[in-house]
This record gives sequence, structure tokens and C-alpha cells, in this order.
Amino acid sequence: MIEAARTAQSPLISARDLTKHFTVGKTMRPGSGRTVHAVEDVTLDVHRGETVGLVGESGSGKSTLGRCMTRLYDPTSGSLVFDGDDITRTGERGLLPVRRRMQMIFQDPSASLNPRRRVRDLVGDAVRVHGIRKGRAVDDWLRELMDIVGLRAEYLDRYPHEFSGGQRQRIGIARALAVEPELIVADEPVSALDVSVQAQIVNLFSELRERLNLTYVFIAHDLAVVRQVSTRVAVMYLGALVEIGETESLYARPHHPYTEALLSAVPQARNRGKRNRIILEGEIPSPLDPPKGCKFSTRCPFAKERCHTERPRLLPAGPGHSVACHYPIGSGGA
Amino acid sequence: MQEPSGVKSPLLDVQGLSVSFATDRGRVKAIDDISFKVSEGEVLAIVGESGSGKSVTLMSLLGLNDPKTTYVDGAVAFRGRHLLELPDRELRRLRGKEIGLISQDPMTALTPVYTIGWQIAEQIRAHENVSQSAALKRAVELLAAVGLPNPDEAKDRYPHQLSGGMRQRAVIAMAISCNPKLLVADEPTTALDVTVQAQVLDLLLRLRDDFGSAIILITHDMGVVAEVADRVHVMYAGRIVEKGTAEEIFERPMHPYTWGLMASIPPIDGPRLSRLPSIPGMPPTPEAIPVGCAFAPRCRFSRAACAEPPPKRREGDHIVLCVLEAEERERLRAAVLGQAVAA
Repeated sequence: MIEAARTAQSPLISARDLTKHFTVGKTMRPGSGRTVHAVEDVTLDVHRGETVGLVGESGSGKSTLGRCMTRLYDPTSGSLVFDGDDITRTGERGLLPVRRRMQMIFQDPSASLNPRRRVRDLVGDAVRVHGIRKGRAVDDWLRELMDIVGLRAEYLDRYPHEFSGGQRQRIGIARALAVEPELIVADEPVSALDVSVQAQIVNLFSELRERLNLTYVFIAHDLAVVRQVSTRVAVMYLGALVEIGETESLYARPHHPYTEALLSAVPQARNRGKRNRIILEGEIPSPLDPPKGCKFSTRCPFAKERCHTERPRLLPAGPGHSVACHYPIGSGGA
Repeated sequence: MQEPSGVKSPLLDVQGLSVSFATDRGRVKAIDDISFKVSEGEVLAIVGESGSGKSVTLMSLLGLNDPKTTYVDGAVAFRGRHLLELPDRELRRLRGKEIGLISQDPMTALTPVYTIGWQIAEQIRAHENVSQSAALKRAVELLAAVGLPNPDEAKDRYPHQLSGGMRQRAVIAMAISCNPKLLVADEPTTALDVTVQAQVLDLLLRLRDDFGSAIILITHDMGVVAEVADRVHVMYAGRIVEKGTAEEIFERPMHPYTWGLMASIPPIDGPRLSRLPSIPGMPPTPEAIPVGCAFAPRCRFSRAACAEPPPKRREGDHIVLCVLEAEERERLRAAVLGQAVAA
């Protein structure tokens, strides 16, 4: 069913060879700084109604990719197409109507809400800027939004500090929903929350998707949470997409050695002590100077000669599953 | 000091610890009458959400709270010495030497203006009469022991030049520099990625095995607890609501809060749930902790009796503060956790 829908519809947002470099150090003279390869050649299609989970360790470039997709960052190269329109180089004015259709939710709900403004203004500004509702209708819409995210309407006149972490994240969600977006990029939306509250917010995300017909890009480092909310999962390592697949098949049969190690490292309350953890040696290399061949080759337990010289491309490895590895697990090639 | 052989006296014995803070609105009780013991070579996990009082407990054990605003009651015996009554001078001698602290955020535990080698050496010299060069040599060995690549080079690095995982290792190296009998780790892996977390947890367990140190591990992550703990105490709103061995807590949890904590973690394999079972509401603030069971307002199974302080029920050494009787508890637990426990 998903396959049929995919061929029938063009993707809602589509990144082709998207690359983002940052220059650090001496930036006064052109060409004298050093380059951080934050995101490199990422190709990713997000279709309507699906939730793509973006996972990886810190420094893997998952947040940068999310911010490039919402054009909070300008991509260095590659292209970005939103619902058929190329928005890679669109200017601020041209982006305004696009921004209404895609919104972002941030990790730290206390840092992303202005402490000196009431919820009414925090959420209402976007409604007015984009002209979503006019006059009286604005207030009705704000009340409805509060109801959607599970907060009482009276809270509209409170300040952010009067709320708990979970409630603040609900306000962040209300603000994103205020402009009736189609795509929401959520960057670590539950990682600052306590486990019991985290489950509430994860459920809210699932409910809203059904109710408002949303499409999510869900960025998180918690693999269990990502599995719970996503229909597809993309694994990033050092700025590159190393594996992408339907959630069930990716978690059950990872093809990339990095995905396998990542999954095995998640501590689980169930199956206590019965799992085989793969402990990766060393640390994620610096994005200032990524390895020449496969980016994972410096830590990969199966790396061979070819892995150190030739960068693998993301190639299909089964239905709806792609992997960037010369010797993927289970292919018989290793 | 002489080790009592044969008799297994606990390394740390906390009896009836209560902590309250002076605030604008009067005294607020953060910890209410908790007791626990830690034996040598044992990993005790204290689990709870933010605000449950787990960090406050640790800080008061170590005398790290501000004495002007904090009132600490109870008795804490560490190898037969009463920590709460020790003068500051002696406490300082104990901390860092016999009790090592690994704090949550390695960036605030290290000073940014000295190299990590210098900082570890300073810690050693504060407790032992050795030369600077000997201390530095020890620092390098320690950095190697915690698995830092190129320890000889790493000792000359400043904290900002290290990644989060490496910084946490430097903090651990500092905590174990004097072979402490007790390691106190306050959310040691919360700021780390899963792959690094796995490395650090492995390291902690290795330390326990190599040096026989006891570890108190504070965390909110049931997964981490499952990996490393021998015994588990679950805290809620300043009280220990359930205590038992890791096996007991994971196979037959008794408190509805513990059930909720376990159920709200999404599984990484097996069937996906359409909805995560979550605990409604949020933990109470210290000012608003009810007289009866503190969890009752969020508990699906609360009843009139929950307004009274909950009775202590026990199955051997597995103790819970809850009114539920054995039979009913079994039934309700099956309803909440279902096959999650059976698996």
C-alpha cells in the first residue's frame, strides 16, 4: 500500500545530494578557514503522511540536515524540492509561503520560548504573520490549538516559566501547528523530558499525525523512541546517510555494521543481560577531516582495504531498504 | 585500617536520612526518611525522575549541600564513621580518596583553565604525599586505564579539546585516582551517545571487578539499570518507594510507579505498540508532596486508603511502599505490563 502511494505521489520534500559545509577558524580571508563537512551528499525523499526518523550520534549531522531541509541553513550544494518547487536558493520573501507549510520543533522547550512573552503571543505571532486567521478568529484558533496539544485554554495568559518541561514542549508543538503546516521537522523533541512525560509527548506526536494529516521528520538519538514513532528510519554517521529502510526491517535486519552496533548499544530493561553488545572502539572522527573512504571505516570491525579508499554509495538492499556499505551484513559478500 | 573479615558489614549504611531546604515559603522537605545500605563490590542503582530527590540524597551523603540552607537528619555510616558528624576537614580528606564522585556534566566537573593531566595530578596530591611528576605519571596511567587513546598526549589537553565521552572518562579517571572504596555516579552517561554510553558502563563494571569498589549509580534510565545494577531502589518524591535486587525489580516489580516507568520505555524489538502506556500528570514539587502516597494522584489504582501514609509490604528483602495486597498486585501488574514482563 505504501509502495503504491509512493509511486502515485511525488515526495513532499526531496533532498538531492544535499551538502552543508561550515567554515571555522580564520574566516576573514576567503579560503583560509577550515571546512566542517557537516552533511555530505544526502539524498532523502519524505512522502506525505510518513514519519522519517533520523538517528545518529552527536556530530552525525542529523540536526544540520533537519535545519537545511527547513532552510534555516542554506545548503552548500545539492538541491531541495518542496512539493514540486525547488527551494534550494529561494530568498526569504519567496520562502514565506513555504515556511508556513513546514515548521520546526526544537529540543529544549525552555530555550526556544521567549521567557518574557505569554503563550498567547508566542503562539499567536505566527498566526498573525502568516495571516492564518483574522480578528476574532485568532483567539478561537489559539484556544483550539491548546486543546489539540492537551493544555487548558486559560494557560494562554501564562508565561513559559509557569509550565513544566512536558507542558513547555506542548507549547512548542502548538506554536508549530499554529500555521497549519504539512511538514514538521522535530529536532530531539523528547530528549529533554522525563521518561514518564516523554511517553505522553510521543503519543501526542502519533495522535497529531493521524488527526491533522502531518508528515514528520523526527530527529532523535534515542533509537527506541524513533522506532515507536517512525514509518521509515534513516541512520546518519559523520554527515552521511549510511542506511535507510522501513522501521521494522531496519531494526530487525540492519545491513550496515554501524546500525547494528548502534542498535546493540541501546540498554534495554527487557532481556536483561542476554544481549550481545557490540562495543565500538574509539570515537566518531572529526568532521573537519573525515576519513577518505567509507566514513565508518576507522571504527568498523569488518573494514577491508577497499573501505579505506573508496566511499560506498547508498544502494538498494531489499524492498524499501538502502545501505551505503561495500560489504553489507547478510548479503553474503562479507 | 582493619578489614572485618567474615562479617559482612555494609560499606555505607544510611538510616533515616531526611533533607529539607530553607526557601522563601519556609522549610521544604526534599528527602523523607530514606534508608539504604551498600556493600563492597556492589552496584546499587537509584532510579527516579528529575525532582525525585536522588541527587540531593547523594549530595547530602557527601556533605556537599550548603549548610546554611539545608537541614540534614539521620545517620550515615561509612566504614563505621558517621559522615554527617565529621568535621569539614576530615570529610574533605575522605571525599576524593575513599569516596569518588562522578558528576553528570563532565564540563562543569573540570576546570577549563588547566589540562586534565594537571587536574588529575592535583587530586592525587591532595590526598597522597607524592611528587608532581609521580602524580602526573599516575594520571597518565589512569587515563590509559579508562581507555583514552594516546594518554600521554591527552594529559596535556584542556577539557574543551576533548569530546563529551573523553571528558567523562577524564572525570572517571579523576574519581578513581585514589582507588576509592565507593564510587558515586550521578547520571554518568546521560550526556553521552549510546555507543559511548556502552563503553562507559563497561568501564564502570570493570572498575568494580578490578578494584572491588562499590558503586552507587543514579539514573532515570531503566535500560542502564538493567545493564549494570545488582540492587535497585526506586525513588519518587523524596521517598524510596520500592527496593529489591535487580532481578526482583525487573521480574516482579511491585510498585505501580515502577510499572509505569518500565511500560513507558518503548521496546526496541518485538511488536510495536500503537500507544505507549504513559503516566499521566507529572511528579509533585517538594512543597506539594501529599501526606499519603505521593504517587496516588497519578496512580491508576489509587483508592481512599492512599490518602494515608502507605504501608510497607515485603517479600523477603523486596520492599515496597504501597497499599496493594499481593493477589491484587499480581493481577494489576499483569494488566499494566502484560507480556513485557513475561518476555
